[in-house]
Amino acid sequence: MSSETKQKRRPVIVQMESPNLIPERDLGQIPVLEAKHIGIDFGGLTAVDDFNIAMGRTEISGLIGPNGAGKTTIFNLLTNVYKPTRGTILVDGYDTAGMSITQVNKLGIARTFQNIRLFSQMTVAQNILVGFGNSMSTHLVTDMLRFPKHWKQEREYRDKAMDLLGIFDMQRFADTKAGNLPYGAQRRLEILRALATHPKVLLLDEPAAGMNPNETEELMDNILKIRDEFQIAILLIEHDMSLVMGVCEVVGVLNYGKIIAKGTPEEIQRDPKVIEAYLGKQGVK
Amino acid sequence: MTFLTQLLNGLQLGSIYALVALGYTMVYGIILLLNFAHGDIIMVGAYISWIVMAKLGMSPALAVVLSVAGCTLLGVLIDKVAYAPLRNAPRLSILITAIGVSYFLENGAQLVFGADAKVVPAFISTSTIKVGGVSLSLNAIITIIVTAVCTVVLQLLVQKTKLGKAMRAVSEDMGAARLMGINVNTTISFTFALGSALAGIGAVLYSMAYSQATPTMGIMLGTKAFVAAVLGGIGSIPGAVIGGLLVGFAEVFVSALGLSVWKDAVVFLLLIIVLVVKPTGILGRTMNEKV
Ligand SMILES: Nc1ncnc2c1ncn2[C@@H]1O[C@H](COP(=O)(O)OP(=O)(O)OP(=O)(O)O)[C@@H](O)[C@H]1O
Ligand SMILES: [Mg+2]
Repeated sequence: MSSETKQKRRPVIVQMESPNLIPERDLGQIPVLEAKHIGIDFGGLTAVDDFNIAMGRTEISGLIGPNGAGKTTIFNLLTNVYKPTRGTILVDGYDTAGMSITQVNKLGIARTFQNIRLFSQMTVAQNILVGFGNSMSTHLVTDMLRFPKHWKQEREYRDKAMDLLGIFDMQRFADTKAGNLPYGAQRRLEILRALATHPKVLLLDEPAAGMNPNETEELMDNILKIRDEFQIAILLIEHDMSLVMGVCEVVGVLNYGKIIAKGTPEEIQRDPKVIEAYLGKQGVK
Repeated sequence: MTFLTQLLNGLQLGSIYALVALGYTMVYGIILLLNFAHGDIIMVGAYISWIVMAKLGMSPALAVVLSVAGCTLLGVLIDKVAYAPLRNAPRLSILITAIGVSYFLENGAQLVFGADAKVVPAFISTSTIKVGGVSLSLNAIITIIVTAVCTVVLQLLVQKTKLGKAMRAVSEDMGAARLMGINVNTTISFTFALGSALAGIGAVLYSMAYSQATPTMGIMLGTKAFVAAVLGGIGSIPGAVIGGLLVGFAEVFVSALGLSVWKDAVVFLLLIIVLVVKPTGILGRTMNEKV
């Protein structure tokens, strides 16, 4: 597949306080996600060093790089799964240092996983309802004592879950055990479960992995659709260059834990450093 | 007729094991902890019943309420005080802590109440009912019905409520659950509360059947219920019920054959056989242990 562009019109990308880029349309508002000079060491290994990002509120960005470059580690840092050794992370302007993983999710970050981590023994609808959990109003006591009211709410949220499933045309799988879904559908369900937590930023870790070209093509449309419909920012890690070049407005290239290039997809494809470190090895399709 | 009586006895004993096994299985399912103190929570429940009825002379209904409430609080408290601070410690540390809590409760009870058995007064005045000419133990019937109701309610809680779903999510993948905004601490407390409430109900039913409270009564009861949970597949709620009933039946039938000295041995033999044939237990599935 050619890297023909999926974004209807290429957005204007402006240079923020170096080294960040942001779509011009998002400039009026504070970045929804900002990382300043973050890094993490595992023992002697510096897995990520001096990583910076500022995401506009409706920006779609990509993070690429060879295996082991530190991409997933960056997601783990942004979601507070790992505490950064250095640097600051701001979600919607709030410094997340010292916050729990759950609090960071509630601030507005949701993610998917490179190795799918659905609640595989639960149904598709239940996976989404778990995601809705933090917006449902019941508590331990009311949950136990006020069954009728509780069940009414449960029905409302089930309807909402069906709406979400509609995005990927997956309503018919609502009562299927998540673990029994085909692989591509599991990846899509992970995205929906993340969306159910009402994120402002969605982090997708290799969403197209294991998908066939048709599914990938569809995923690209859906990533754009999700951004447009929910007006959220999306940061994705991906090895599939057609997807990255097709939907991302800004692309960062990571090698050995460091950003070696950053720019529009066109700039990245032309960058000799990138070709050497990454595209040279894997080849552009 | 005797067969019916034995069947009822098996169901009664099995029901008590099932209630206790549910507590083991839920806590294991969520934090992979064999809560050695679980059996001792039942012992505390039995003493609460004894205090309320024998010492304070108050009604059996109040004894039921206070035993269940006391066990629930105790279970949550043990988690908060002893286990929660070790959430990120190696699993062995928390296991040893559980053994410590168990000894603490047993010796604490011995210190407070003495080593001799206390007689828990009867909860109900009539002990048998006649059904078609056959007299059946009312205790047994109550025990079976209460356990059936508890199992159904528990299943609804776990399947249908938000906290129940959170529980299942945390037990499948705690890390992913956190990232989906689930409050893991609340969920774990809820699990301890549920398991301990069932232990409280088990304490009342056990006291109804055996009318005794001793500081060490939780040990064998706990061990048998633990065997039941493992038999059924630890982590599985229906498994705990099946395992409990199996252990109860095995004991009662071995005793009915006049081999009652062998009943404990038979229970453990049953465990060994099931684990050899199916290492994860009857309804168990392989647990994925990731962080
Ligand atoms: N918890 C950890 N402890 C020690 N080292 C780690 C840990 N997590 C990641 N690393 C190391 O950090 C480096 C980056 O790993 P990471 O998973 O972020 O790579 P990646 O860019 O996502 O690669 P891939 O494309 O294969 O998914 C690797 O060398 C990895 O071994
Ligand atoms: Mg990765």
